[in-house]
Amino acid sequence: MKEYDVIIIGGGVTGAGVARDCAMRGLSTLLLERGDIADGASGRNHGLLHSGARYAVNDPEGARECIVENRILRHIASGCVEQTEGLFITLPEDSLEYQAQFVGKCRAAGIDAKAIDPKEALRMEPSVNPSLIGAVVVPDASVDPFRLVSANILDARLHGAEILTRHSVEGFIKEGVTIMGVKARDLSTGELKQFRAHYTINAAGIWGAGIAAMAGVRIGMLPAKGSLLVFGHRVNNMVINRCRKPSNADILVPGDVVCVIGTTSDKVPFEECDNMKVTPEEVKLLLEEGSKLAPGLASTRILRAYAGVRPLVADDSDPSGRSVSRGIVLLDHAKRDGIYGLVSITGGKLTTYRLMAEMTTDLICEKMSKNVRCTTALEPLPGSKGVRPSGQGLGSLAAFHRHGEDESKMDKDSEVLCECENVTRAEIAYAVRELGVKDMNDLRRRTRIGMGTCQGGFCMKKVAAALSEELGDGSKAEEFEMQYARERWKGMRPVMWGETLREAEYMRKMHAKK
Amino acid sequence: MQEHQISKADFEACMKCNICTEVCPMYEVNPLYQGPKKSGPDAERYRLKDPAFFDSNLKFCLNCKRCETACPSGVKVADIIQMAKLKYSSSTHPLRDTALSSTDLVGSVASVFAPAVNFALEQEVASKAMGLLGVDSHSVFPKYASEKFVTWFRRNARKSQDSFGSQVNYFHGCYVNYNNPQQGKDLVKILNACNVGVKLMKGEKCCGVAMMANGFRDRAAANAASNVEMFSKVDGPILCTSSTCAFTMRQEYPEVLGVDNSKVKDSIMLATKWLFEEVESGRIRLAFRQDFRMKVVYHIPCHLQRLGWQMYSIALMRMIPGLTLAVPEQECCGIAGTFGFKKEYAGYSRKIGSKLFENLRSANPQVVATDCETCRFQIEMGTPFTVMHPLAILAEALDIEITKELNETDN
Repeated sequence: MKEYDVIIIGGGVTGAGVARDCAMRGLSTLLLERGDIADGASGRNHGLLHSGARYAVNDPEGARECIVENRILRHIASGCVEQTEGLFITLPEDSLEYQAQFVGKCRAAGIDAKAIDPKEALRMEPSVNPSLIGAVVVPDASVDPFRLVSANILDARLHGAEILTRHSVEGFIKEGVTIMGVKARDLSTGELKQFRAHYTINAAGIWGAGIAAMAGVRIGMLPAKGSLLVFGHRVNNMVINRCRKPSNADILVPGDVVCVIGTTSDKVPFEECDNMKVTPEEVKLLLEEGSKLAPGLASTRILRAYAGVRPLVADDSDPSGRSVSRGIVLLDHAKRDGIYGLVSITGGKLTTYRLMAEMTTDLICEKMSKNVRCTTALEPLPGSKGVRPSGQGLGSLAAFHRHGEDESKMDKDSEVLCECENVTRAEIAYAVRELGVKDMNDLRRRTRIGMGTCQGGFCMKKVAAALSEELGDGSKAEEFEMQYARERWKGMRPVMWGETLREAEYMRKMHAKK
Repeated sequence: MQEHQISKADFEACMKCNICTEVCPMYEVNPLYQGPKKSGPDAERYRLKDPAFFDSNLKFCLNCKRCETACPSGVKVADIIQMAKLKYSSSTHPLRDTALSSTDLVGSVASVFAPAVNFALEQEVASKAMGLLGVDSHSVFPKYASEKFVTWFRRNARKSQDSFGSQVNYFHGCYVNYNNPQQGKDLVKILNACNVGVKLMKGEKCCGVAMMANGFRDRAAANAASNVEMFSKVDGPILCTSSTCAFTMRQEYPEVLGVDNSKVKDSIMLATKWLFEEVESGRIRLAFRQDFRMKVVYHIPCHLQRLGWQMYSIALMRMIPGLTLAVPEQECCGIAGTFGFKKEYAGYSRKIGSKLFENLRSANPQVVATDCETCRFQIEMGTPFTVMHPLAILAEALDIEITKELNETDN
């Protein structure tokens, strides 16, 4: 049986980053993901590339990590990052004293924060609440988390890593106190497989507690649900934050052609992590608070609501398990628990995923006595090396925005199937061929298919047929269509009024089984 | 939780049903044009992200508004496209587009030298020169009148207008003033016979539709603001004989140019609508010549259909006893104002018009009636038929003496 250097459990941004780093340093690498890449918290957040400003007052160390990584990602992930810059606004009910303290703390952390005239802020970002009394510009940016994870996975594969999605870890191969590998079920065939490795890295986010438990290790985790709303189009072109003590629903991020308001923060039981629902109270709060950042939100169509779970880790130094450790948590279970061959990486943020991967890979290399330097901060990711699209038309331009230079690998003059998001048949073929797409939801995460105004209502049939054809199994079209309708319906349900209700009804009539 | 859920031009109300695409005359003949849904609400989301997503093929949009008339969700599809064009595109033929858009300036110069200009326009050398400028060489330009409508009015009509029982304001527009004063004279003749005086407004400016179509947003907005200001100073209805002027001043001023016309909007109306309502309510009575006979086909202009006012012109013509009227299915004529005069678009323009031409030919009327002057140009270029404004037909059919008596006795 093949023995890998490392097995990574979890295909979120952390696992993808670790896989890329390990592969680039020449380790033989396998990544196992129970569902699809980025279908946990990595795909259910704001898509905010933090400047660190949000943490400057309460967590200077986290702030410093963010600004360093922010600068790195603007370079290596330029295809995933949109350099929008961000505003922290002070409203009449907030304090300008806080703003002064905030600017000072940002600067101390190395974040270029500049207080500007509120009128100037309105000129830069016309959607901002005109009653603002203060504004600070910070180097926040928008990052597409689906693209970021996909680019890391793609690069890991290009460096020799193996990626297996739909493989659920069910246990470890344990010899005494040493983890020798994992037992994972291939969910598409039902087969239970064994994979051996020198080291296993638990990067399963909130599900990491369960993974650790299988190895007989306890990680105290506190699932915290964060709900967000996606609006039909961009209201703002800069990230807008409230300049006050971080609170609920005080960040509005432009992401691709939409904008996202969030988040809430509520402790939820572990059982809910796999199927989270956004409540009417959360929607109300998000709308009310969001409209204070940009009043236009109060009259903009909401496409859908979604929620992710932050993997908050209980501080090891607090035996009550109530206080949360901030920042990145890298656990060497050999040292901590006397279980060898297992490392857990958790906590952290989307913005600091690369640093988390670097720290983890450093630890593995140290254990393996391998002296190879990390180069992930220097090498641009796939899709971040392009200058301009190779094809003509909106389909090519949109594909270039999504895949950078890899747009050139798609057939030209291909028919646009998803008209809201300009996704062509050729882009679907490319995603199946090169990005490991196995069903409609995978395809959505790689291409934005069905993420637009009609939520797939209009293109679902065509796309389902095209996808099943590309996968070489034409019989799956109907199953794909229903899978997609159910998934879209779930996100629309919490905000089903006004235009979204009309759209949903239209969708139901078109796709309901006769 | 939200009271309203719509943004500018209602573009989020789009359900993606594509009915607009189905009725778009350009989409049918030109594969380069993506159709109203894709060019409007779909692409707008992308343009908001990055102006690089502006597709220069939006230039093919005729702004006929058939998409808006058809939209079951009330999305102002064509407005979204017009606003994007005004915001992101620049002219490829600046000299020609300036000339074509300046219907008032060019008109006022041309009418002074009308015989010479008309002669020159008919010469081959002129058509070649126009070709160099980017004007289609097959186009037949409207002739210029040697006496402007306002000059005629001042000399022959103005003094007597106060003597009638009531008065209305008349927005004559560029076409009546420079090309077809007879249309204005017909209106004065009809209304005077009905004991209604006609007043022109001081400082009338071109409605601006040609400027908007040629990308001159600021000039159009300046004219709009000036006209709205002028309208706010007059009492009584403001009548137009051009359906496109009326449409532009009512709908496009606020929606596309952002000029608030809410105080005067209800006063701006088509002369046929006003007259029909006066007759219907019994305030005006019309008498027609017993010997009048005419076989007419009415062409509904797209902009008039968007206003929903075609029925007034139709109903008015149906009052004429000797007139047989047919109204075929509405088709776009394809001219779209100055669009069809441009070299690069004229082919599409004629292709779009061919369906209408075919319908007209098979109906074979004596006269084609329509309220829009540029539809008229197109039909005259594309068919052998005489084209008349509904009011011109009415003026011919009216028994002036009896009508005068009927309306005098009432007062």
